[in-house]
Amino acid sequence: MALVESSEKGRRRSALFSRYVVPTAKTLISIAVTMLGLLLVTFVIGRVMPIDPVLSIVGESATKATYDAARETMGLDKPVIVQFFYYLRDVLHGDFGVSLLNSRPVAEDIKRVFPATLELATLGTLMGVFLGVPLGIYAAVKRGTWIDQLARVVALIGYSMPIFWLGLMGLLVFYGILGWVGGPGRVGIFYVDVVPSVTGMILIDSILDGNWTVFKNAFSHIILPASLLGYYSLAYVSRMTRSFMLEQLTAEYITTARVKGLPERTVIWRHAFRNIRVQLITVIALSYATLLEGSVLTEIIFSWPGIGSYITTALLSADMNAVMGGTVVVGLVFVLLNIFSDLLYKVFDPRAR
Amino acid sequence: MKRITNILASVVLGLSVGVTGLPAVAETPPNMLVVANRIDDITTLDPAESFEFAGADVSRNVYGKLVNFDPMDLAAGYGPDLAESWTVSEDGKTITFTMREGVNFHSGNPVTAQDAEFSLRRAVILNKTPSFILTQFGFTAENVGETIVADGNTLSITTDKRYATSFVLNCLTATIGGIVDMKTVMANETDGDMGNAWLKTNTAGSGAYKVDSWKPNESVTLSANPDFYLGAPSLERVIVRHVQESASQRLLLERGDIDLARNLNPDDVKGMDGAEGIDIHTELRGRLMYISLNGKHPVLSKPEVKTAIKYLIDYEGMQNSFLDGQYTIHQNFLPATYLGAIDDAPYALNVEKAKELLASAGVEGLEITAGVREAQERVEIGQSLQNTFAQAGIKLNLVVGTGKQTLSKYRARELDMYIGAWGPDYPDPHTNAGTFAYNPDNSDEAGATGLLAWRNAWDTGGLTEKVDAAVVEGDRDKRRAMYEEIQREFLKTAPFAVMFQKIEQNGKNAAVQNLNLGGAITAISYWPVTK
Repeated sequence: MALVESSEKGRRRSALFSRYVVPTAKTLISIAVTMLGLLLVTFVIGRVMPIDPVLSIVGESATKATYDAARETMGLDKPVIVQFFYYLRDVLHGDFGVSLLNSRPVAEDIKRVFPATLELATLGTLMGVFLGVPLGIYAAVKRGTWIDQLARVVALIGYSMPIFWLGLMGLLVFYGILGWVGGPGRVGIFYVDVVPSVTGMILIDSILDGNWTVFKNAFSHIILPASLLGYYSLAYVSRMTRSFMLEQLTAEYITTARVKGLPERTVIWRHAFRNIRVQLITVIALSYATLLEGSVLTEIIFSWPGIGSYITTALLSADMNAVMGGTVVVGLVFVLLNIFSDLLYKVFDPRAR
Repeated sequence: MKRITNILASVVLGLSVGVTGLPAVAETPPNMLVVANRIDDITTLDPAESFEFAGADVSRNVYGKLVNFDPMDLAAGYGPDLAESWTVSEDGKTITFTMREGVNFHSGNPVTAQDAEFSLRRAVILNKTPSFILTQFGFTAENVGETIVADGNTLSITTDKRYATSFVLNCLTATIGGIVDMKTVMANETDGDMGNAWLKTNTAGSGAYKVDSWKPNESVTLSANPDFYLGAPSLERVIVRHVQESASQRLLLERGDIDLARNLNPDDVKGMDGAEGIDIHTELRGRLMYISLNGKHPVLSKPEVKTAIKYLIDYEGMQNSFLDGQYTIHQNFLPATYLGAIDDAPYALNVEKAKELLASAGVEGLEITAGVREAQERVEIGQSLQNTFAQAGIKLNLVVGTGKQTLSKYRARELDMYIGAWGPDYPDPHTNAGTFAYNPDNSDEAGATGLLAWRNAWDTGGLTEKVDAAVVEGDRDKRRAMYEEIQREFLKTAPFAVMFQKIEQNGKNAAVQNLNLGGAITAISYWPVTK
């Protein structure tokens, strides 16, 4: 009896092991390998880049002795491979080093700038998804009609218009001429540091503080850049939704459902849409990740102090500690979003379990 | 799902519509100056280390110095600041300052001669990039104990040899001359760094303003020091906000959200011309644009060729087209307003004369490669030169690269020609004389990469000695005459064609008065500004 119990336990343990521990371990290993690869590639690019970090620090008029001393202090006189291992060791201890440009710990900088990007990209994605998905669905359902054409034009403009131009035009019209929204920056100058920073996201912090004046002001500043990003997200999401839906609507089960006399609304939402949810999750995760990392121009036009403009400034000044710290965080977000979309995949699609 | 979509879409739309009802901010508060500027070059707030434009702007308003410039009368040169007077020893090597009584730091601690001693010694010992401004007088970490000495209410500094007093005092007006509060700084010392880590992000001065916060690439907030010894500033707060784009700065100014826009391009300046409530404030700054020819090149080193090239530059054409309003013609190494600066500008585009000179040197079919950094105005200058050089049969190849690519070659003396920009390091004529016209050892082994004359392999033909003599001349008028003479010779013989001097054009709220950006010799002063 005891023998049977123990073998039963063993089977259960082995089932648990293969169902949870193995995939988790696999995921963790894949994260580690991805991050290591990312670090290595960024590091190598940083070292072969035609920008001289020493010169950015000491200035053009520095003598050779000052230049050499700074180079040694920065550890750049050591072989690249040694530099990489030192860096890796520090990162594993949670230390991204000190920014060469502003002398502050990079981790602290990222903690300050990342919430600004997160806030902007989240609002942009929400706008893109909640407008893009219905637009894509209607375009597919009304294929060939004016709604479909409109959706195509919207997507085309979203894809082809330079974000730089669109941002400046938006500022000129809605801020400069009409005065409907706030100008560049996250919040009006008089509201800087008015609400205590809890999450670093001004909209949330002002709600937590109960300060609606700051909330309104911050919202008036974020609405334009978020709409711009939302538009790009909408263009992508609606195009993908349309194509997924078209594929479903021509499937046999849809014809069967219609023959069975089900109302069109039920056919579209209960049957077709349910089957594209899984694909959409990946699209949305991808779009979100792109906005988190690719909103550099938007951040520059709107003087938005986020991670995109942080990494760009650092890159142009050869502040490699900041570039690598920022890249690692963005990379981690990518990986986490991927894992998250995989998890949702499993929740929504029983076949993937 | 559809219901959720509808609800969320309504929320987003509702919020957007709600926001449109918000009043736009029409003007900045009367007690505050709001500035848009590119401040991503600030790397530190420590005066012993700070060496960038936006950092100098902060330092100028936060730290008092022994001697300083009066923003309302820059032409008067340096005058007393935290030192009320000074005397020079007979041998000219020791200057003794008497400190002003009754001045306090922002912390409330009195400003003493010991603070001045500590600040200058500290800058030498820390040996950061701008330390050469002090160490060129022979101060070293080892000898500051004897050369920079406080005694009661006086501070004596003793240089290694006799220098022009104006040279020493001018250097003390640079950012590195800022006097820090010794007690506060040392209370924040870590690992024997003399408070360097702390002062990078905090301030301990006695100036008109103190720093409330500095968020890199975002903003600097200053608040007025009500006990400033020259009287409390009129504006209680100054906020400098990082705005990268000229178009955004213009919009902010036009909407009344800022008082001053520091980085406007010529188009935006023109666009605002005559706008109601907005003035364009123009000031000559110290930055020069030049081209240089490598003395190692067998043809470019010929005197006739050097002169010919100076006649092949369309100074006026460039000034009046793409440099419109942002640079003015200036053909020598001392920026206008510097002691000894001259405004001789003998060169203008003259293709025939250039051709004659080239023919007399027996030059035909010359091909030159010029290194250009990727800045737009420099590339445009390169393209203009390509055009005018071609008219005399010279083929100019432009190699556009990043700072590292181009400067590395320039510093290694490997470029035929370089299209460059140079800003003075401190407000004394020696700063530019000592780099453009000074080269004591022209050998490759000397490795004097900090000297522009060396980078172009130019044996200055006696100017080096003249620069050495000018820097020690005690009589200010004689000294001025010496620099004038050096520049007239430089104009004829140097492998440099200095072309333009920078003009800064700011857009400002018309109500803002007494604005002074610091001209060619210092940085912006906020304390006299009123609104």
